[in-house]
Amino acid sequence: MKPAPFRHYAPATVDEAVALLARLAPEDGRILAGGQSLVPTMAFRLARPPHLIDINGITALGRLAVENGKLAIGACVRHAAFHRPPVDGPLGALLARVVRHIAHYPIRTRGTFCGSVANADPASEWCTLAVALGAEMVAQSARGSRVIPADKFFAGIMTTALAEDELLTEVRLPLLPAGTRTGFYEFSRRAGDFAIAMALATYRVEGGKIVDPRVAVGGAEPHPRRIAEAEQALAGQAPGPAAFTAAAERAAAAVDPMEDVNNSADYRRDLVRAVTRRALEQADKAGQ
Amino acid sequence: MNAPGKVEATTWIGRSVERLEDPPLVTGRGRFAGDISFPHQLHMRIVRSNHAHGRIVGIDTAAAKALPGVVAVWTAADIADVPPVDFREGRIERLEPWRQPVLATDRVRYVGDPVAAVFAESAYVAEDAADLVTMEIEELPLLLDARDEPGEFSPGRSTEAIVLRQGYGDVDAVMRTAHAVVDLELSVGRHSGVPLETRGAIGRYDASRDMLELHGAAKVPHRNRDLLARMLKRSPSSISVHEAHVGGGFGIRGELYPEDVLVCVAAMRLGRPVKWIEDRREHLICANHSRQQTHRIKAGVAADGRILAIDDEFWHDQGAYVRTHATRVAMMVCGILPGPYRVPAYRSVGHFRLTNKTPAATYRAPGRYETTFIRERLVDAIAHRLGIDAIAVRRKNLITKEDMPYHVPLEVLGEAVHMDTGDYAALLDKVLAAADWPNLQAALEARRAKGELVGASVAMFIEKSGLGPSDGARVSVDTSGAVELVTGGASIGQGFETVMAQVCAETLGVDYRTVRVVHGQTDRIAFGIGAHASRATVMTASATHNAALKLRDKALEYASGMLQAPVDALAIVGGKVVRTDRGASPSISLGEIAAGLAPTSKTRGSREPGLSAEGWFDTEHQVYPYGTHLAVARVDRETGGVTIERYVIGYDIGRAINPMLVNGQIVGGFTQGLGGALFEEFIYSERGDPLSASFADYVMPTAHETPRVEVILTEEAPTPLNPLGIKGAGESGITGVGAVIASAVEAAIGMPGAITALPITPQRLKRILDGRR
Repeated sequence: MKPAPFRHYAPATVDEAVALLARLAPEDGRILAGGQSLVPTMAFRLARPPHLIDINGITALGRLAVENGKLAIGACVRHAAFHRPPVDGPLGALLARVVRHIAHYPIRTRGTFCGSVANADPASEWCTLAVALGAEMVAQSARGSRVIPADKFFAGIMTTALAEDELLTEVRLPLLPAGTRTGFYEFSRRAGDFAIAMALATYRVEGGKIVDPRVAVGGAEPHPRRIAEAEQALAGQAPGPAAFTAAAERAAAAVDPMEDVNNSADYRRDLVRAVTRRALEQADKAGQ
Repeated sequence: MNAPGKVEATTWIGRSVERLEDPPLVTGRGRFAGDISFPHQLHMRIVRSNHAHGRIVGIDTAAAKALPGVVAVWTAADIADVPPVDFREGRIERLEPWRQPVLATDRVRYVGDPVAAVFAESAYVAEDAADLVTMEIEELPLLLDARDEPGEFSPGRSTEAIVLRQGYGDVDAVMRTAHAVVDLELSVGRHSGVPLETRGAIGRYDASRDMLELHGAAKVPHRNRDLLARMLKRSPSSISVHEAHVGGGFGIRGELYPEDVLVCVAAMRLGRPVKWIEDRREHLICANHSRQQTHRIKAGVAADGRILAIDDEFWHDQGAYVRTHATRVAMMVCGILPGPYRVPAYRSVGHFRLTNKTPAATYRAPGRYETTFIRERLVDAIAHRLGIDAIAVRRKNLITKEDMPYHVPLEVLGEAVHMDTGDYAALLDKVLAAADWPNLQAALEARRAKGELVGASVAMFIEKSGLGPSDGARVSVDTSGAVELVTGGASIGQGFETVMAQVCAETLGVDYRTVRVVHGQTDRIAFGIGAHASRATVMTASATHNAALKLRDKALEYASGMLQAPVDALAIVGGKVVRTDRGASPSISLGEIAAGLAPTSKTRGSREPGLSAEGWFDTEHQVYPYGTHLAVARVDRETGGVTIERYVIGYDIGRAINPMLVNGQIVGGFTQGLGGALFEEFIYSERGDPLSASFADYVMPTAHETPRVEVILTEEAPTPLNPLGIKGAGESGITGVGAVIASAVEAAIGMPGAITALPITPQRLKRILDGRR
C-alpha cells in the first residue's frame, strides 16, 4: 500500500499546469486534483504514474459561479461545495440531492466535481448528471482551449474525449428553468458504494403534459447516457404511474447492461427499470 | 492510621461503569502495532503468489537484492530449518503434512501464499524491492470448491485431510420409521472478521540477554510464545510476547501466522529489529477466512413436530492449508449443531477439505453461526412440511429447565457438552413479548395483503463460553494503595481491563479506578490462555476473584492485629480496613498494610513479605449461555434489497459484570452477523484470483445499513460452575443473525424453503423472487 516512486509538481497557474502536462503526459504524467480515485489505485500499485501534476494550488480553479445562465464549476471545486444548493432554483436543489450519494463525507471534502467527470467512472453520479443536463466541458491544453458537449465527452469505461495533454478546467451546467421537476435514484449495496444502476430525470409540466423530459441512466452501461426511448414515452403525457412505468420499461429495454461477477445483465436491466421509475416518481413528488 | 470513615459497601459488579481503557484511545495516545518502533529497525515486505496453485520453478531475487536500501531477500531455501507453522494446542501428527510453510517451498497453493520476504531500510523500499522479485510458476489443477472431488495436496496426499465424525444413537433405524424425513442442502458463504487494525508484528532480538521479543501480539500471547519456542527450538522463557492496543480481534487476529515467525527469525539472523505491518489487501487475502460450508442435512420427525433424529453431512472449505486451529471449527460444527433441542439420535460427518483459497479458521462464534443457520433452517422446514407453526415446533423440541444439567454425548473444544443451566422457553417468551408477537404478526400480515414483502421470525441457539481449563491472576497492592492485577488474559478491545478491575475492586473493597490491569505480557506472568472462546470474563475474572479473596484475607489478618479487632469484625471499604461492629473507630489503609508487610518492616513478623496474592480458577466444563434473536425484514421486490426493520436479541448471561459492555459486545456481534447474512463474501474468479481484496469489493455493513438493536439481557440462569455465576458474552450477538434473517426474509417473500445460502445478496434474492434460481 505504498505507491511506487513519483515526482510531484505544484504549478501555480493553469498555463504552467498544461505546459507540464504537455511535457509529461507522454510519460504517463497525471493530474492530481482530489486524488480520491487516483491515490488508492497508486497505493495498490495498479497505477504507477511517475509524475503527478498537482493542481490544488491553482486558486483560479476553485471558481464556482453563475455566468451566462450556466453554473461554472472549476476543476478544484470539491463535492462538499454542493452539500448546500450552490445556486437558487431547481439546479441547486438537484445538485444538493445528488451529492449525498457520492461516497462518504471525508471523500466529499476532498474529491472534486471535475475530477469525477474526467475520471468517467460508469457509476459516477456527476457524469450521469452532466449527461442529463447537457453540460459543457472546458478542456485546456498548451494548444488552446475548447468546449466539449456532454454527449460527445464520454467514450467508454473511464474513457473521455479529453486528449492526453488536456486539462478539464471547468464544467458548465445550464441553469434549469423554474418549475423543472427533478428526481434522482440509485441502487447500491450500501450507502456510499458505487451504484449498480442510477437514473436522473428532469421535466417540466405545461398544461398537464410533460415537456422537455430528460432521462439519463448511469452505472449500467460503460458510460452514462440519455435514453431517448424513455424520453419519447414521457413527452406529451400526463405525469403519473402509466407514463412513468412505460418510460421505465423503455429504458430497461434500451440499455445494454454491463455484466460482472456479482451482477448479471438481467439484474442490471431490472434495476434500470426500478431506478428510472423511482427517479420519475421522485420528480413528480418534488413538483407537487 | 486514618480517621474513622463512613462504613458503606461499594459494589462494582453489575454496574455499567465507564471503561478504564478509553482515555488514551479517545485522546489519540493509544499504542497499536503500527505505533511500535525500535531504533535501527528494518521493514519487511512479503512477496506473495499470484497463482492459486502451481509448482515453483524458480524465484529470481537478484534485482530486489540490488536495490539500494535492501538488506536481505529470503526464500524458503534461506530458512529451511524453520518448520511449518504448527498447531496452537500442541502436536497433531496426522495433520502435520497439511500445515503452512513459513515461505512456500515447492508449491504455491493460494493467491497470497508467501513466497519471499524482503527486508529493507524503509517500508517504501521494501515494497519497491518486492515488486522486483519475479517467480516462474508451472500451473497445477485448481480446486476451488470443497464439494468437488478431492485432488492432490502433495504427492500421495489428498486434499481431504480428514473426515470428522460425531454422533450417537441409531440414526438409520430412526429415519426408516419416522413419520417424515425433511432434507435440505444449505450453504454458508466465505467471510471473516475484518478488524479495523490490520495485523502487525515487530520482532526484536536482544543479544545481550539472549531474549527474543515479539510485539503486536493479540488474543493468545502465551500460546504463541510456546508455539514459537517449539518452532524455533528456544526455551519459552527466552521469548517474550507483548500485546499492545488491539484494534479488533474477532478470532482471526492474534493467531500465529507466517509473518510473525518471519519477523522473529529475521530479527535474530539480521541482528536488527524487524517490523511488518499488513496492508488491507494482504489482510483480505491472507488473514484467516472462515465459515464456508455446505451441509446436506436430514431430520426424521414425528407427526407432532418432535425431532427424532438428525443426520448431517457437510463439506468444510478449509482453504489452502491447515493453520493453528487444526480442525477446531469443523469439529465444533459436529458437536454443537443440535443446539437447544433434544435430538434422540444424531450423526454428523464432516469432510475437512483443502482448496486453493485463503486458509480458514475461527471467526467470532465459529461453528455456531454456521450451525445455527443450518439447524434453524431445518426447524423452519420441518414446520412447513408438517403444517405446524415454526415457534410451536421449537417449543416442542426445546431442552427444558427441568432437564438441566443436560448432557449430550458430543464434544466441543475437546470437552463433553454439558449444558449447566437455562430456561430456553422462558427466554423465547420474553423476546416474543418484547416484540408483541401476535400483534406484530397481524400488522405484517396486513402489510403483506397490501403488497409489501415483510416478515418476521425467530432463531434460537446455545452458546458455549469460558473455555478452561485454568486461569491464574496475581494481585498486589503497593504502599500508595494502588492495586496491580496481573493476568494471563488478553484485551482485544472488549473492555477486559474494566471488567477485571470491577471484579477485583468488588472483592477487595477498593475503587475500580485504582486497579491497574496487566494483560498480554508473557514476561509478567508465566501462564495465560488469553481472550478467545468468550472465555476472558468467565475464566480470568474467576481467577481474579480468587486472588483478590486471598489478598483480602491477608490484609484483614494483618489489620486484625493492628486494630485489635477480630477478623470477622473487619471489612475493606474504599481501600481501608474498617470495623463493621462499631461506628467511629480507627482504620488502616491497604497502602499502610502494604508498608507494614514490606520485607524490612518490623511489624511484618513471620508473615510472607508483600501485600500480594495469586489465585487460580480451574474448570472441567465450559458454560452454556443461550439466546433468541428476532428479526423483521422488508424486501424490495424490484431490487432484491433487504432492510431490517426491527431486531431483538434476548440473551441470558448468568451474571453481567458490566451490562453496558455486554450490550456493546452483543450489538457489535450483531453487526458482523448482519455482514455475513446480507453483505460479506470472499469471491474468487475461475482462476482462483481473490475478487474481494479491498473494502470496495468486500462489502461490510456500515451504520447506514445497521438497525437499532433491542437487547434483552437476563440473569435468570447463573452458572454454578464458577464463583460469580458468569457466562460469556462475546459471541452471542452474532450467532443467530444469519439464521433469523434468512427466516425473516423467507417469511417476507412468502416462499418457504427458498433461502438456502448466505449471504442473501440483492442479486441472489432477485433471482429467487423471479423464479430464476
